Amino acid sequence: MSDNATGSDSGNRTPGEAGWYDLFSRGARDWLRHNDKVRDAVRQHLPQIVAGADVLTGGASTVRVPVKMLEHYRFRLRNSNEQQGVGQGQAKPGDRIGRPQQDSENQRGQGGNEDGGVQYTLEFRIDDIVDWLWEEMKLPNLEAKAGRAKEDDWTREGWDRRGARSRLDRRRSMKESIKRRGVQAATGVESPSFTDDDLRYRQLAKREQPAMQAVVILLLDVSGSMGERERQISKTFFFWAIQGLRRQYRHLELVFVAHTSEAWEFEEDEFFKVTGTGGTVASAGLKKVRQIIEERYSPSQYNIYLFYASDGENFPSDQPQAQIALEEVSGDCNYSGFLEVAPLAGSAPDSEIGRLFVDLARDDDSVGAYRVSGTDDIWNAVRHFFTHASQGS
Amino acid sequence: MPEPMHTEDWQSHISRIEQLARAQGLKYHPVEFEVVPESFMTEIAIYGLPVRMPHWSFGVRYIYQLIQHRMGLSRLFEVVFPGNPGRAYLAKSNSAAENVLVTAHVLGHADFSANNMLFRRSQDQVGEHIVEQAAAHARQIAMAIEEHGLERVELVLDAALSLEQHIDIDQGLRRPRYPETIAERSPPANDEFAKRFASLGPDTARPTHSGPAKKAPIPPHPESDLLWFIAQYAPEMEPWERDIFLAVREESFYFYPVFACQIMNEGWASYWHARLLREADFLPAASYVDAIKCHSDVVRPTATGDNVALATNPYHLGFSIWEKIVESRGLEAARRIMAEDDDFSFVRNHLTHELATELKLFRFKGPATGTLTVQDMDLPMLHEALLHPKYGFGAPRVSAAHIHVDGKLELVHDHVTDGRGLDPERARKVLEYVAKVWRRPVTMTTVDNDQRTVEISVSPGLTPSFTR
Repeated sequence: MSDNATGSDSGNRTPGEAGWYDLFSRGARDWLRHNDKVRDAVRQHLPQIVAGADVLTGGASTVRVPVKMLEHYRFRLRNSNEQQGVGQGQAKPGDRIGRPQQDSENQRGQGGNEDGGVQYTLEFRIDDIVDWLWEEMKLPNLEAKAGRAKEDDWTREGWDRRGARSRLDRRRSMKESIKRRGVQAATGVESPSFTDDDLRYRQLAKREQPAMQAVVILLLDVSGSMGERERQISKTFFFWAIQGLRRQYRHLELVFVAHTSEAWEFEEDEFFKVTGTGGTVASAGLKKVRQIIEERYSPSQYNIYLFYASDGENFPSDQPQAQIALEEVSGDCNYSGFLEVAPLAGSAPDSEIGRLFVDLARDDDSVGAYRVSGTDDIWNAVRHFFTHASQGS
Repeated sequence: MPEPMHTEDWQSHISRIEQLARAQGLKYHPVEFEVVPESFMTEIAIYGLPVRMPHWSFGVRYIYQLIQHRMGLSRLFEVVFPGNPGRAYLAKSNSAAENVLVTAHVLGHADFSANNMLFRRSQDQVGEHIVEQAAAHARQIAMAIEEHGLERVELVLDAALSLEQHIDIDQGLRRPRYPETIAERSPPANDEFAKRFASLGPDTARPTHSGPAKKAPIPPHPESDLLWFIAQYAPEMEPWERDIFLAVREESFYFYPVFACQIMNEGWASYWHARLLREADFLPAASYVDAIKCHSDVVRPTATGDNVALATNPYHLGFSIWEKIVESRGLEAARRIMAEDDDFSFVRNHLTHELATELKLFRFKGPATGTLTVQDMDLPMLHEALLHPKYGFGAPRVSAAHIHVDGKLELVHDHVTDGRGLDPERARKVLEYVAKVWRRPVTMTTVDNDQRTVEISVSPGLTPSFTR
């Protein structure tokens, strides 16, 4: 028989010649689609994930979230508590066979879990997360205080015949040259292609711009009553509050102040490691903040935000002073927020310091207080502050 | 390390191997061979077809396969698709000697799929160009994505592919809807009593219609062809969505014989690659040895020496049964069996007590975790244990039982035949997929571990319905 249809075209493909399948992987395409779906699923749980995760270490710009592969479900019988099947090899009826070790090792090697699913890690950019969250939670963007801080900036404005070489506008100069030659050709004069008169330089002018400078002052109570858990909650809250402000301000300066009965300014990396002993004197912290503002951040130059985290237990004797200090500080700030880190979930802040903020907030939209008892509440706190801060400004 | 492949060597051998095959009585449609990179082989193995509809679940399998591949657990030499012409894809990494063996193996498959009844029936229905048809389905779905958006198409594919195994292979690929009414029972002709009764006078003539025709229940019997049933009877499915269901169903019709004849088919191909290789005197001695080594790697029992394995190798099992059949009853009888059987009849009829003992097959049983016990050799039980995972694609028996007045779809699980209930969480997820295309509540019953009836209900309510 000579019925030979043996791949006359494709079989003869030379090694260098690429088939379409060299250029395109369907498996990879569908895998990417799977990852998109995982990302979407993760996005819906972002507030819980990012609040709980230790995302603040190292100042990384990404968060790594461990995820499981999605399962495409089918009808399946429930797991049987009995197993049977057909094997092969040297075995007599009644022999007892242990399960091969290899199986479980393989699973471990694949990073398996009890479902036999492979775990892997997705990396999310913190910027993306913040964008999603703002969108998801419909959080407002903060606005710089109108008519307040201004700064000068250079803007482009018009052309001149003289200027620095680097600001030569070639297109404009060419136009001038063409115009001149057009006129000269009509009068019958032979004209050079460019003269010094053709050159045009871009000019800059000074203009006043609303200030986009901002400073966030983070005030943390590090007295003995603030334990590891309370600090972690405060830290996470600070982190996301800062991320939210970063969306709005190109230049965001951070100031870290810790206080017990005294107050100190710290660098970021030391700030969260500080532990103090002794009681809480809120006025000490607030006065320190006030001092920093006066020395370095003029309210006419800066948008100032204060976030204060504490369990709120203040010495009763300090209350009047704290009240005065708070009133002074909040007058300088675009917004002052108090995060009451309480052991129990509750509605309104009811600690000593909390009450000071709440009282002030009645008449002043630029002050707010919120009570959290766990990482789950942090997003509500962020929402609370940002919603109010945008109304207050 | 396999030697690099010399395409010309292998090419020159193809026609001689084909001559040998035809001289031995193999009858097959022409086969087109193509050498493809391993990445493509991997994809064929995952999608089941060279070009197939996109779905994220294939991406998951793809990654699993890559992981396994890196661990050296699997190597694919060839994949062959039945049809006229048949299409064989050979891995680029095969050595020339391996490719000689693989070519012979492919011809064995081609002979099998051109003559086996299940394959022929499937090709009569699906056609002889499954590779092209699947590519057309992929294109159809790409167009649907363009028109209706990825999310909507994905919802349909989530449902259709999760029911992929739930077809009724005994029905035609193109089956008509159920009769709308219950057929009036016509009186038997030549009935003596009826004649005498009629002769009494005109008044006694039987009224031709005794009222409006009775509406037939839908479905008239529990329907296991879920893909077809949903495509036909879903209250608000759009035409393009039905088309996707029917495309998936068509591919399942193609896959069924591949699945249900695996032992026979792989055994037959292995039998022929071994036999043709023995007669291929044109091969250089070195290539011959390489090819034989490859053969013994593929057709290898799962356990050798004193070892014990808790699985069987279908290549080895099928190969051994075929060798025994040809040896004891001749090639003629073997070809007839090849044409008429599927794995169920093949194993039951031809895996004898003697052969099972020779192959050292045994049944084992035990708790889900812990030590297993080897059972007595009981041939029918051994057969059933081998075949049990193969009924209906190995999927639980789920059928559509009833459509309620409000459009609610009711499914039932035949837990008696399956031996236990469904995994309720997975079942719920599948119902969620289905409810999105059925667009009415979907409910089903199965049993829990104590054989108590469990009802699972899902409403499409939370998801947007896409009626326009």
